[in-house]
Amino acid sequence: MLKVAIGQSKMVIRPVSAIMHILVYVGFIIINIEMLEILIDGIFGTHRLFAFFGNIYNILISVFEFLAIGVILACIVFLIRRNIIRLKRFWNREMTLWPRTDANIILITEILLMSAILLMNAADTLLQSHAAAHYVNVGNFPVSSVIKPVLADLSVSNLIFIERFCWWFHIVGVLAFLNYIPYSKHFHVFLAFPNVYYSKLKPKGELYNMPSITREVKLLLSENNETAAEEEAAEEGTFGAKDVRDLTWKNLMDAYTCTECGRCTSSCPASITGKKLSPRKIIMDTRDRLEIVGKNINRKGKELDDGQSLFNYITHEELWACTTCNACTQDCPVNIDHVSIIIDLRRYLVMEEASAPGELNSIFTNIENNGAPWQFSPEDRLLWTKN
Amino acid sequence: MASKEKIEVPVMADLFAKGEKPEYLFWVGCAGAFDDRYKKVARAFTLILNHLKVNYAVLGTEETCTGDPARRAGNEMIFQMQALTVIEILNGYEVKNIITICPHCYNVFKNEYPELGGNYNVINYTKFLKQQIDSGNLKVKSEIFKDRKITYHDPCYLGRCNDIYDAPREVLDLIPSEKVEMKRNKSLALCCGAGGGQMFKEAEKGDKEIFIERTEDALETGADIIATACPFCMTMLTDGIKYKNKEEEIENYDIAELIAISLDL
Repeated sequence: MLKVAIGQSKMVIRPVSAIMHILVYVGFIIINIEMLEILIDGIFGTHRLFAFFGNIYNILISVFEFLAIGVILACIVFLIRRNIIRLKRFWNREMTLWPRTDANIILITEILLMSAILLMNAADTLLQSHAAAHYVNVGNFPVSSVIKPVLADLSVSNLIFIERFCWWFHIVGVLAFLNYIPYSKHFHVFLAFPNVYYSKLKPKGELYNMPSITREVKLLLSENNETAAEEEAAEEGTFGAKDVRDLTWKNLMDAYTCTECGRCTSSCPASITGKKLSPRKIIMDTRDRLEIVGKNINRKGKELDDGQSLFNYITHEELWACTTCNACTQDCPVNIDHVSIIIDLRRYLVMEEASAPGELNSIFTNIENNGAPWQFSPEDRLLWTKN
Repeated sequence: MASKEKIEVPVMADLFAKGEKPEYLFWVGCAGAFDDRYKKVARAFTLILNHLKVNYAVLGTEETCTGDPARRAGNEMIFQMQALTVIEILNGYEVKNIITICPHCYNVFKNEYPELGGNYNVINYTKFLKQQIDSGNLKVKSEIFKDRKITYHDPCYLGRCNDIYDAPREVLDLIPSEKVEMKRNKSLALCCGAGGGQMFKEAEKGDKEIFIERTEDALETGADIIATACPFCMTMLTDGIKYKNKEEEIENYDIAELIAISLDL
């Protein structure tokens, strides 16, 4: 699990995006040290407080600068893949205007934040050489020194303006971005870790059991019909899932963890062959429905029934196209379980609405009557040994 | 292969009446019992079991559906009715070890029955054959497939669902022949299109059938045999080969059949 969440082991199946993603990921985490310095400087009015580390400080900032340029380049490539090459998985049906815009906002914000660091460092080092007050002499940094000539002719006050502007832009930008994250698919930067931690450790083929059904079946089989009737009357709730409230909390965390990368959909046999089913859409629909339910609760209290359910988002056609092959769960870098939502919705359709496709109703009848999905008599079960 | 003769298969009830308890239950599955193509696989595997002198029995007319297709199609009620019935039969015979040829039966026995009170040592036949190879019991001398090129299609319920990727390949390695992998293999293998109840219904509307997409993967390798290890994959890929009019160039065999042929059974 550590390997999946922190080591991102499931990303490497697609090496190009894996390398760039790891750059952005490491960049994000390590540059936080600089964020810390910026915050402390801001609070105590110091400047480059960590400079007392001497050489280590220079090495650190140099590493940050390389990471920053790495993040910028990776984000540019990501933007190109999404908007110019238009990789298919970023343009599926569920990738409507908002999900595409959300992705671009994130990438552009990251580019701007990283550029601000580099520009700030360039202005800062120039100010050091002008011996401007307050600017501790810490020396040059590798990437920003490349930008220095562009700013070389500017006066000290202009440089101070640029340096201060970038500093404020960076800190305000980061704080604003943090507030944006929970509203965005970018939430995965936080939820990926708990989501992987709480993911299913059992074999992918295993579906979770429904104890309520076991109780009923046991009563039916025990032929103790009186107690059966009583128990049945006491039975509450629905079978399967109709709305987000019927799903598990893990299903819902899956929905918020999804970063819409579309690996699931691009490996789904139904999606590959042009069927309506897209595992990513199932997850995005679950999240969108959950958002609406949440808003309803905030506005009108807990019990509000808006007459809608997940079936207003996900069609029967999508649900019946799934082969439960688990390619989606296999490929998801943050261990989302698409199949369990699909099966729970199917359970509702079958057990509450009896609206399975006709052919499936006949296998149910066959299994019930003659113990095989096909219409053969159990008496004939040994004919295969004869010819 | 002895395709027309009656083959000897010990039946659990008969053995039990004689006070014997076989070591293994061979779970034939509905496809093994009723699907014309897959009956041959059940026969081939039985011949191997007899050849290896394994102490086993089948349930025969007492066997019934595990309930798996109903569960995947959302009918938990029928699944559990079947499951609890099957568990009662198996426990009645004090079954300890189950060998399955169908990966869907394997999955449901291994992963889903324990919670309902059915605890068995469940062995997929490819793993069973691998054990027999390792113990020196199963040897192949025939070079009948020497000039053939075999590609193996991973069934989802063996591969991704239960992480069995190596055993089928190691069993195939016993057969002298050229092996080639499809571009999508192991955990990246494409489904044949039949899982989750799809076997029993028309596919939803799309641009293409999944089984054709997968058959194309196999054809691309230039292999002349597709080895499968699942009754549904067998049906889908056989259909794919027919659809592509490639019946002259490529055949679809189950691993059990390839071993049985190699053993001249």
